Amino acid sequence: MTASTDPHKESFRLSMLLNDKRYRSYTFQFIALLALIGAFAYLGSNLMANLRAAGLNISWGFLGEPSNYDINQTLIEYDSRSSHWRASVVGILNTLLVAFLACITATILGVVAGVLRLSNNWLIRKLMAFYVEAFRNVPVLIWIIIIFTIMTATLPRPNAFRGDNATASMVFDSVAFTNRGVYLPRPVFESGSWLVVLVFLASIVGVFMYRRYATKLLYDTGKLLPTFWPSLGILFLPSILFYFIMGQPISLEYPSLQGFNFSGGWTVRGSLIALWFALAIYTGAFIAENVRAGIQSVSRGQTEAAASLGIRPRRIMNLVILPQALRVIIPPLISNYLNITKNSSLAIAVGYMDITGTLGGITLNQTGRAIEAVLLLMLFYLAISLGISAVMNIYNNAVRLKER
Amino acid sequence: MSDMMQHQIDSYVRRELLPEQEPPVTERGIVKWMRENLFSNVTNAIMTIIAILAVYLILTATLPWLLNGIWDAPSIRACREILQGEVGGCFAVLTERWNQLLFGFKYPSEEYWRPTLAFVLLFVAAAPVMFFKYLPRVMLFFTALYPFLAYWLIWGGMILTPIFALLGFVAGYVVWTILVKRSFAGGFFGSIAAAAITWWIGGMITGAMATENTLLIAVQSRDMGGFMLNLILGTVCVSLSLPIGIALALGRQSSMPIIKWICVIFIEFIRGVPLITLLFVANVVLAYFLPPGTTFDLILRVIIMITMFASAYIAEVIRGGLAALPTGQYEAANSLGLDYPQSMRLIILPQALKISIPGIVNVAVGLFKDTTLVSVISMFDLVGMIRGPILASTEWNGVYWELLGFAALLFFVVCYGISQYSQWLERELNTDHR
Repeated sequence: MTASTDPHKESFRLSMLLNDKRYRSYTFQFIALLALIGAFAYLGSNLMANLRAAGLNISWGFLGEPSNYDINQTLIEYDSRSSHWRASVVGILNTLLVAFLACITATILGVVAGVLRLSNNWLIRKLMAFYVEAFRNVPVLIWIIIIFTIMTATLPRPNAFRGDNATASMVFDSVAFTNRGVYLPRPVFESGSWLVVLVFLASIVGVFMYRRYATKLLYDTGKLLPTFWPSLGILFLPSILFYFIMGQPISLEYPSLQGFNFSGGWTVRGSLIALWFALAIYTGAFIAENVRAGIQSVSRGQTEAAASLGIRPRRIMNLVILPQALRVIIPPLISNYLNITKNSSLAIAVGYMDITGTLGGITLNQTGRAIEAVLLLMLFYLAISLGISAVMNIYNNAVRLKER
Repeated sequence: MSDMMQHQIDSYVRRELLPEQEPPVTERGIVKWMRENLFSNVTNAIMTIIAILAVYLILTATLPWLLNGIWDAPSIRACREILQGEVGGCFAVLTERWNQLLFGFKYPSEEYWRPTLAFVLLFVAAAPVMFFKYLPRVMLFFTALYPFLAYWLIWGGMILTPIFALLGFVAGYVVWTILVKRSFAGGFFGSIAAAAITWWIGGMITGAMATENTLLIAVQSRDMGGFMLNLILGTVCVSLSLPIGIALALGRQSSMPIIKWICVIFIEFIRGVPLITLLFVANVVLAYFLPPGTTFDLILRVIIMITMFASAYIAEVIRGGLAALPTGQYEAANSLGLDYPQSMRLIILPQALKISIPGIVNVAVGLFKDTTLVSVISMFDLVGMIRGPILASTEWNGVYWELLGFAALLFFVVCYGISQYSQWLERELNTDHR
């Protein structure tokens, strides 16, 4: 009677592929793989057939051809004889520019609004709640269009600044708000200015060294040095001193009215400003909610414990609450930055020439290379997104609660 | 103690309580509230004054414009004549172009009752899902019928098309209930096959019976527009992306590497690109990947791309919910002898979905707002209508604020309403014993 104790040897049957847990997963994966390959083969063959019928092919040669269109806001040199590739690079830089500007502004707005939402002032609290709800619940496209309309429909035309009885005037005689854009003074660097810049960079390093020294002194001896005013002094005094020693090598070039338009200075197009502020205000409302959640996530006991140690309210905020709140705030903050970058593609709605406007807009329409252009466009955004999420993962690992 | 001393003490100690006095003026009523909430210290007082100033400026800028608005005029010039230089909005554009704003400029005007009825019925269909505790479950039958009914109402045409679409689902469900008792996989593939066969037969029958005379006139997809288009895209894409998102989230958690990687790559790719590039794909690229000669209307292509977009985001939200469940729940389900579909359906998903509700609602609200992006690929949704036909017309060229403000208000009402509902639902589902 040994047979009953032996494990019952089962021969493999075909139905076990579906019903036996050990093999079923292989069946499913095999089917999924087949379906995937089948789908790609089907789409690929359709693509080939369609391209053949239209007499097209996949090629990247169009990137080298001259673009034949102008871009009104460029960071690098570009004209209509430059290649489509150059136009795309201009677009990429414009995307990064508006994303960078909007990220900084949104962070400032969001932090201020988030902190003020927790203020003990009823009116401020309600106003900030109104701001957050009003801007979160309306599409960003509508905000972009509204701000763009403010820029183009309500600001005066450049020729309104002309003549003795001009209807519009420049702010501080240096900044002109017109419906074609905002004209700002531009710094002009003459010979000898490099020394001033160098000194300024050195003083930034100096501020960091001073702060480090103050912290070290505090830990070693318990002596508390003032930091705010000395930092400010270190930052600006040497630069100002050298500025005058070198004979004022840096000057400002003011925009001036010539003919029908302003020339000189920096021109910031209305489309850039609309996109920048709309993205900043819209995303700022989301960041405000993250900041509020982050501060509220630090338990009251932490504040009370710090107070019972005799720490002053400002220091409690800086030394106890913020470091703990930042752990909660930073990950959604970075995904908000990601959203800004992706939403900046709405530039096409107001004619700002970002990568979607150049590569995905005019280049696509001129060359008809839809597949290549859209693919490149997607790869660009994908690269940025994956890059930022990689940074986020590194950060998350760095600030994770160290559990022992 | 002598009587003498007792008498002396009595003369010092009060026998009866003093009547309660009112608190001082600064410590009661509105004054106290203002002292505590508006002027508790110098900084606060300064901020209050600044805030009051800001509110005053905003109100003086907008109130006369709002209250002095003209609601009845044929064009912006007529508006300005009536106003005679006074400040006031020209809201006549809203009353005059009301139907265009809601339905687009091509939808036949005698059929406006159809999308309106579909919109009203949407509430009837959504109510048993939204307020499932308070309404009878029988109403869910109507919810199941609603998509087909709404399709027939809005698009019109032959009633056979939605009926066969419905029959396909019914056939699939029947086969599923029969076969699933033997094996899950059998039920799964059997139901897909049954539905496909029904649709194929239905397609042949409707093709053979195609007539011009139908109960409701057929309306082409390209004639849809206005806020109706936003609502169609929003509701269809959110409801389609929920099941797909759940499937993707489960796939991403799966122990089968091939399925897992398919889901991961899909989700990360979709989340990494802006919606607008996906709309470009729908507009100019998707046609290359379809069999030569097929014509696919734009609205369907856009629905496919937006659904893919939303499902990737919903999948990530639900994955968060799944990850938040303690492992004990999975182990408990296994120890009860439940298989994978059962444990998911009975134990894991109800809890995970409950945790994910706020996130899902956020995605839904975001998606509804993002439906305005279709105006970029020249579809005439609410924003597209405003920027295109209305602002370009000679009568209303220059009426920016009234139109944009109306669009913003409409979206605000819907999105704020949804987020308030989600907060109510969270409280409702809160089964913690606290």
